[in-house]
Amino acid sequence: MMFAELQTIPSPEVLWWALVPLLLTGGGAVVLLTFASIKSNLPSWFSALWVAGISTAGFISLFPIWNRIAEEGPKTFLAGSVGVDHSSVFITGILILVVIATIALAHPYLKREDLPEVEFYVLLLLAAAGGIVMASANGLIVMFLGIEILSLATYVLAAYHLRKIQSQEAALKYFILGAFASAFLLYGIALIYGATGSTNLIEIKEWLSANILFDDGLLLAGFAMLLAGLGFKVAAVPFHAWTPDVYQGAPSPVVGWMAAGVKAAGFAALLRVFVATFGSYVSDWSPAIAALAIASVLVGSIGAVVQTDVKRMLAYSSITHAGFLLIGVEAATERGTAATFTYLAIYAFLATGSFAVISLVGDQGDNQHDLEAYKGLGIRKPVLAGAFTILLLAQAGVPFTAGFIAKFGVIAAAVEARSWTPAIVAMLATAIAAFVYLRIIVSMYLSEPSEEKELFIDNGGRVVIAVSVALTIVVGIFPSLLVDLAKDAIPILVGG
Amino acid sequence: MEVTTTWYLVLAAVLFTIGAVGVLIRRNPLVLFMCVELMLNAVTLTFVAFNSALGGLGGQMAVFFALVVAAAEVVIGLAIIVAIARRQPTTAIDDFSGLKG
Repeated sequence: MMFAELQTIPSPEVLWWALVPLLLTGGGAVVLLTFASIKSNLPSWFSALWVAGISTAGFISLFPIWNRIAEEGPKTFLAGSVGVDHSSVFITGILILVVIATIALAHPYLKREDLPEVEFYVLLLLAAAGGIVMASANGLIVMFLGIEILSLATYVLAAYHLRKIQSQEAALKYFILGAFASAFLLYGIALIYGATGSTNLIEIKEWLSANILFDDGLLLAGFAMLLAGLGFKVAAVPFHAWTPDVYQGAPSPVVGWMAAGVKAAGFAALLRVFVATFGSYVSDWSPAIAALAIASVLVGSIGAVVQTDVKRMLAYSSITHAGFLLIGVEAATERGTAATFTYLAIYAFLATGSFAVISLVGDQGDNQHDLEAYKGLGIRKPVLAGAFTILLLAQAGVPFTAGFIAKFGVIAAAVEARSWTPAIVAMLATAIAAFVYLRIIVSMYLSEPSEEKELFIDNGGRVVIAVSVALTIVVGIFPSLLVDLAKDAIPILVGG
Repeated sequence: MEVTTTWYLVLAAVLFTIGAVGVLIRRNPLVLFMCVELMLNAVTLTFVAFNSALGGLGGQMAVFFALVVAAAEVVIGLAIIVAIARRQPTTAIDDFSGLKG
């Protein structure tokens, strides 16, 4: 008997319960795509409902996972390449909520623009699956795969508006620069592999704490390349050149996903790699991140001032927010990491809500994004304008809104870590950035409406904006709801 | 003269630099694309060179993942370029200046 002599191939241990959100999003996307290609006349409500149901199930599954990790501690499995801890559950939660909001926005949007629906949802779910992989990667190669799954799906989403050449131009720019950045990222991984002999984060961490390198040029070059690759994904200066163009050209609901979802996943990877793994080399990478942070807050807030397109203004504002988030990373303390996670959660609903308003004002054709289109919005649509005002004030960091909690957290963490310069520059930049948000608000309330065109507000947009505004105020008044959760979400790497 | 790991690493670094400079100075999207591929292949060479110096299988395994990602990138990139070329037959990157502030 031949078969009995064959040895069984050893397969790594898999904790299926910890993979439920990933399997739901990734598997749900593939099943929907298969189903849609078999049955061509799938009703449009079915695909939206399917994706919303899958995402909701994924979100609900996070509660038992969180509790189980709280009881049993963080886990590492699949031969040490995937790890789940509270930080990965936290980021997964943000990603899934942003996906649900994006679906609520996209369903009426795709109808309005007469675009196919199924592929949009499939790509969105796959992008979320990539983000989840990034947030729970314990190896640099797994993290790279996560980044690529997320990015490739997002490139196609950026090109999704078939009848707009701007959408495709945005996708081409995003793609070429994104592939360029990915090459840098991969080279960084290769150099770190060469310097430490492993691509596994836990092994790298143990190796770095056990050995002292006399010649650490290879390792530092690897850090720099990794930082360049991840800096591109989170739109930090000087890797931000694509942001305004891509935000302007891509479909508005996709831009909300790029700002909220892609940033959250990018920062999850950044914290996991730099703070949790390369913690012993903090004096080498921390100044570089501080420089990126200072450049981002300054370029973002000053660049926004000269724009006349609201989408571009918010693109620069997202660069400023990336700078603030980097200040939390640069502190490299538990407090800084918790503040960054809080900021990511808050920015997720601020960005989704703001781009929901932009998507509605954009109207049929998705091209009414000039400041002109917002003139007199306070008279034409007082509720919409009021909601946008709250979201913009929160982005500016006005007290009693969630934005204040976010900014205060990272600056306090930086001060505690004695990095004065980024903290002071960030506070100055907040003042400049406030001018931009006020300019939009003034335009909405103090100018006469230029044309009497009726804006159609769909239910999806209404719900997303209402929830975002409610969260902005609730978190602004009761910050401990979110801050305590983020304190538990520090990334922890455990050996398998 | 003996060919050591360093030679391969230097070759990879040179190829990577050629690719990176190409992305920055060339104007045709297809050529940009080839330059990115050159960069990825340089990384692949780096992985293999380190792997043969360090032993084990980690680097070679990484190469397979890098190859798959590079292939997926080609598919997406060409699809985007084709979508643009359908409406705008001259595909020089300077023609794409519709988005600006």
